Amino acid sequence: MKKIKSDGTTYLNPYLGGVILGTVLLLAFYISGRGLGASGAVKNTVAATVNVVAPEHVANNAYYCQFAGNGKEPMSNWLVYEVLGVLAGAFISGIVFNRLKFKVEHSPKITSRRRLLFALGGGLLFGFGTQLARGCTSGAALSGMAVLSFGGYITMIAIFGTAFVAAWVFRKNWI
Amino acid sequence: MIGPIVSSGIVSPMWDNIFAVLIGMGFGFALEASGFSSSRKIIGTFFGYDFVVVKVFFTAAIVASMGLLYLSYFGLVDYSQLYIQPTFLTGAIVGGIIMGVGFAMGGFCPGTSLCAAAVGKLDGIVFLGGMFIGVFLFSESFPLWQNLYNSGSQGSKMINEAFGISPELFTFFLVLAAVGMFYGATWVQKKVKKVEY
Repeated sequence: MKKIKSDGTTYLNPYLGGVILGTVLLLAFYISGRGLGASGAVKNTVAATVNVVAPEHVANNAYYCQFAGNGKEPMSNWLVYEVLGVLAGAFISGIVFNRLKFKVEHSPKITSRRRLLFALGGGLLFGFGTQLARGCTSGAALSGMAVLSFGGYITMIAIFGTAFVAAWVFRKNWI
Repeated sequence: MIGPIVSSGIVSPMWDNIFAVLIGMGFGFALEASGFSSSRKIIGTFFGYDFVVVKVFFTAAIVASMGLLYLSYFGLVDYSQLYIQPTFLTGAIVGGIIMGVGFAMGGFCPGTSLCAAAVGKLDGIVFLGGMFIGVFLFSESFPLWQNLYNSGSQGSKMINEAFGISPELFTFFLVLAAVGMFYGATWVQKKVKKVEY
């Protein structure tokens, strides 16, 4: 094992990282019969929050009422527990590889403010898209691909294909 | 023990949530340790200066696909009990396109923004906040998208069926494609000017 640098630039070999990720995904299917996810927990948290503030609104909304209200427990959900684990696992990795630090990472050509505005807009669009596609890069694309779901492959191609084009449009933010 | 072990009753459902935390920890560790808490490392794939996303993502996909087929072949997993992402073609394409734009703007996807937030990246935290807003806006305006959301339903369609081949043969081609991409990515990365980040 190579020495871990103090500046936080030590990463796993990408193929080793991929094998670990693939094995975790395999275990998720073997143990719980389902893949990994990230956006599902956000959806459940939003539904649960709205349900606390305005329960009648949830009951009248055809989307929310699938996940919250009427005795459902959106926060006691596999995906929510899994995401709590993701935060803990990433934090542990941050300790191991010396990457725990508050900062805004951005290209030297742009300001932190611009980076944060684009991060907000990007998150907003990504969040919206996950609901339309019933999952994100992990839940729909990666986990879907593992069980050869047609929709999973389509979502993966749509995400990466669009991102290749869109990255060029937003290239001043990155390179 | 035939998987999935929770639904087959070998362990009690209460344990499912404990496993969820442990599986999540492995997921978060693998992503962060591979460098997915850095938006500039992730976005390198789209400019050719760092292909870590392609390498990690497709290695994971082939390991899990092959693993599940082997486990199924040896009778260790009941494939029919696995959750297969249902195919709603229109939502998958339109949602995927919106996500792709968000990816290029924000530099993260949901899972990687969680990892970035966990190690203190403020852009990751803001991206995560944006996601909550996006999900909220979608839910509030759901009647507008309801038809789009439900159209193009093809059930639990498998990709190998679309090509008319067996799951094993499709996975074999997937592995070949992935290895080809790894060589291609390594070749491109050598040609592209390094970006400091």
